[in-house]
Amino acid sequence: MRRLVAVVAALVVAGCGTSDEGSAPGEVTVFAAASLTESFTSLGKDFEAANPGIKVKFNFGGSSALAQQLNQGAPADVFASAAPANMEQVADTGTITATPTTFARNTLQIAVPKGNPGGVGGLADFGKAELKIALCAEQVPCGAAARKVLAAAGVTAVPDTLEQDVKAALTKVSLGEVDAALVYRTDVKAAGGKVEGKDFPEAGQAVNDYPIAPVAKARNAAGAQAFIDFVRSEKGRAVLTEAGFVLP
Amino acid sequence: MTLDASIRVSRANFSLDVDLTIAPGEVVALLGPNGAGKTTALRALAGLVPGARVRVGESTWDGLPVERRPIGVVFQDYLLFAHMTALDNVAFGLRARGTAKAAANATAATWLDRVGLAGFERAKPRTLSGGQAQRVALARALATAPQLLLLDEPLAALDASTRLKVRADLGRHLRDYPGHTLLVTHDPLDAMVLADRIVILEDGRVVQQGTPAEVVRRPRTDYVAHLVGLNLYRGTAHGTEVSIVDGGSLTVAEPATGSVHVVFPPTAVGLYPEKPAGSPRNTWPVTVSGIERHAHTTRVHLDGTPPVFADVTTATMADLRLEPGDRLWAVLKATEVHTYPS
Amino acid sequence: MTTERATRGRLPVVLVLPALLGLAFLLLPMVGLLVRAPWRTLPARLVGAEVGEALRLSLVCASLATVVCLVLGVPLAWLLARGDLPGRGVLRALVTVPLVLPPVVGGVALLLVLGRRGLVGQHLDAWFGVSLPFTTAGVVVAEAFVAMPFLVISVEGALRAADPRFEEAAATLGASRWLTFRRVTLPSVLPGLVAGTVLCWARALGEFGATITFAGNFPGETTTMPLAVYLALETDPDAAIVLSIVLLVVSVGVLAGLRDRWIRGAT
Repeated sequence: MRRLVAVVAALVVAGCGTSDEGSAPGEVTVFAAASLTESFTSLGKDFEAANPGIKVKFNFGGSSALAQQLNQGAPADVFASAAPANMEQVADTGTITATPTTFARNTLQIAVPKGNPGGVGGLADFGKAELKIALCAEQVPCGAAARKVLAAAGVTAVPDTLEQDVKAALTKVSLGEVDAALVYRTDVKAAGGKVEGKDFPEAGQAVNDYPIAPVAKARNAAGAQAFIDFVRSEKGRAVLTEAGFVLP
Repeated sequence: MTLDASIRVSRANFSLDVDLTIAPGEVVALLGPNGAGKTTALRALAGLVPGARVRVGESTWDGLPVERRPIGVVFQDYLLFAHMTALDNVAFGLRARGTAKAAANATAATWLDRVGLAGFERAKPRTLSGGQAQRVALARALATAPQLLLLDEPLAALDASTRLKVRADLGRHLRDYPGHTLLVTHDPLDAMVLADRIVILEDGRVVQQGTPAEVVRRPRTDYVAHLVGLNLYRGTAHGTEVSIVDGGSLTVAEPATGSVHVVFPPTAVGLYPEKPAGSPRNTWPVTVSGIERHAHTTRVHLDGTPPVFADVTTATMADLRLEPGDRLWAVLKATEVHTYPS
Repeated sequence: MTTERATRGRLPVVLVLPALLGLAFLLLPMVGLLVRAPWRTLPARLVGAEVGEALRLSLVCASLATVVCLVLGVPLAWLLARGDLPGRGVLRALVTVPLVLPPVVGGVALLLVLGRRGLVGQHLDAWFGVSLPFTTAGVVVAEAFVAMPFLVISVEGALRAADPRFEEAAATLGASRWLTFRRVTLPSVLPGLVAGTVLCWARALGEFGATITFAGNFPGETTTMPLAVYLALETDPDAAIVLSIVLLVVSVGVLAGLRDRWIRGAT
C-alpha cells in the first residue's frame, strides 16, 4: 500500500504543475525539464531566502512540451531544458536570443529493483531474452541515449517494453515488473531506496547536456539573470551534484 | 378435481385472509374495491408472493416456484413481450416448458385462430389494438393448458366501446375452458356477466359469496348492495324483444337470440307518478318496496314485473315524496340496456 | 407529415443555441486535426507497416476487451439492478472507480495486483507461468478495466428502468430465471446494451494511460494506436495527426455501420 501511495504521488507530481500566469515584478517564472523537479524546487527556496522580495514560480514538464508552450507565447522568464535540441526549437523562433549555458549533465545508469533479482551485472545482460527489460522509446531523449550506449557496447537489446518517458521506465523497475531499465542517474537518486543504480563504462557515450537561458521577452530580466547565476553558483552546484547530475 | 386455496398474507397495515374453492370449469370472480387485496390474492396463487396454500385433488403446490405451477395469467395491461411477434408470445410458455419449436408454433397458431387473430402471427404487440392485445394475452395464458387461469382486471385497460365486445368474447372462451378460473375485477358488471360465482372482498376479508343472482337479490351489506347495484335478469331474446325468465319483457336496442343476461344500471330507470304520455316502450307499473339513502343518491327498490332498482337524485326524492307502498311508473330507455349471451 | 414537421420544428432558442455551441465544441478540435493534416504526404505515411500493425492491434484489443466487458459486465449490471444484496449503493459507487481514477494510476493498480510481483500475478506466474504485463492480453485487461464501467452503468440503468413485471409474466409461463433473462430481460434492455457496448468499445479503442502503464509499449505486441500517436507526437507531430485521423475515421466508420444494423435489429 505504501508502495502504491509513493508511486501514485510520484506520478501526480510528474503530471501536474502547469501554470501560465505571467510574472509580476519581483516574480521569476522558470520553465524547467521534469527531471529538474526535485533539485530546482530545493534551489528555488534557497534563492528566495538569498533574495528577499523575489518569488520563484516553476512550471515543470517534458522539455519538448515546454518548448512548444514557449513558442506559443507562454509567459516565462527562464527556460532550463533537458536537451539542447529543445533549446534550439525555442531559439529558432526568436523566443530566446541569449546564448544558452550548459549548467548540468546527466548520464545513464542501469536501474534494477532492490536486491537485483535478475542478477543484472552490466549492459550485456540487456541482450538476454529471459530477463524483462524496459527501455525508453527512441522518440524520447532517454531512449535515444540508450540506443547510443547499447551500440557503443555492441549489445543488441531485447526489450519487453519501450516506455513513453523515463519516469514510466523507473516505475516498472520500482514495482519489480522488469529486471532492468536504462534511466538517468538523477532518476535513480530521486527514487530513493526503491531501485538500485549501476554505473557502466559506456555511459560516457551519451551525455545529456542541460542548457539554461533567459527568455527574450522576460518581464523580469534582472530576476531571470539572478536565478541563472544562482543555479551556476557554488550553492547551485552542490544541490545539482546531490541530485545526481554531473557538472561541466 | 376441485381446487382449494387458503391465502394468508400479512403486511404492515394490511392482512389478507381468504379461502377459495373453485370447481373444474367454474369461473369465480373476486370482486372488491381498490386496495381490498384482490390482486395480492391472485399473485399469491401464482406464487409471485408467498402466502397461498393450494391443493388440487390429491396434489399440493406447496413449495412450487412460479415457473413450475400449472397456471396461466392474464395481467391487467397484458405484459406482452414487445420484441416478440404475437405468435412468439403465445408460443413462449410452450417453449419454456420444453415443447419443440415447430409444435409450439403450431399450437400457438391454433390459439391465435381461436381468439380470432388468424393472420396476426407476425404482428408486434405495439401494432395491435387494445382488444387484440387482450386476446393475444388470453391465448398466451391458455396455450399451455393450465389447471388454473388467473385473470387480473382483464378488461380494465379497454375503452367502453371495445369492452362490450371483448367481454362477450372472453365469456365464450371461459365457458370453453375446462380448468379453474379466478377473475379479479373491481367492475361488478364483469363479475355478473363472466362469473358463475362471485366472492366479494373487502379489506382483505370475504364479506359475501354466491351466484350473481343471489348477490344482487340479497346483498348482505350496504357496501355490497352499493357495489353490485345493477339490474340483472336472465331471459330469452327474440331480436330486440327479451322475455324475462321470472316474468315481464324488455325491449333492447341491439338484436340478439337465445338465452341472455340483461343488464342495466339503476340510474337508467326513470320514475313517474303518472304513466308518461307518448310512452317509451319499456314502461311498466311498479310499487315502492324499500328506500335506501346514500350520500348523493337514493336507491328505490320497486316491485313489479320485472322488479327493478332505481337511483334518483335527492331533488327528485323531495318532489315525489316517496313512501313504501307508493305506486309509480318505471321508464327505461332501450339504448341503456345491454344483453350478454349466457 | 407536414403538421408533424410544423409542431416539431418549433424548438426553443434557449435549447438550440447551447446545442449548436456544444456541437461546435465537440467537432472543432476534429476540424483542427483535419486542417493541419499533411495531406500531400499522407498516402506515403499510411503505407508504413507500423500504422497497419498498430491499427490492427487497436481494433483486435478493443473488440476483445468489449467481449470481456460484456461477459462480465452484463451479469454485474444485472446483479446491481436486480440482486437483493446488502450495500448495493456502495457497490454501485465502487463500480465507477475506474472512471474516476486517472488511467495511469489504474495501470499501476493493475500492476500491483496482476503484475509479476502483484497480489494475484505472482501466483499466476508461479503456478501457470502466465505473466500479463508486456503482452497483448495485458492490453486487453487494461482496456477492459477502464472501459467496463461504461457498459455496466448503461446496462444497469436500462435494467432498472425496465418493468420487472415482464419477468414475472415470463415466470408464470414457466420460464426459468436464466431463460427469462435471455429471452425477455436482455431484449428489453437492448438499446441500453447497444449504447453501453458502443461506449465501452470507443473507450477501449482510445485507451492510453492504463495500457502503457500496465502493458508497456512494444510494436506489434502492445503498441496500440493511441500509444503510437503519443510517441509520434514527441518527434513528428505530423505523423501523430495522420495516426489520429486514421483512428478517427476507422472508429467513426465502425460505429456508424454497427449502429444502423443494431438499431434496425432492435426494432
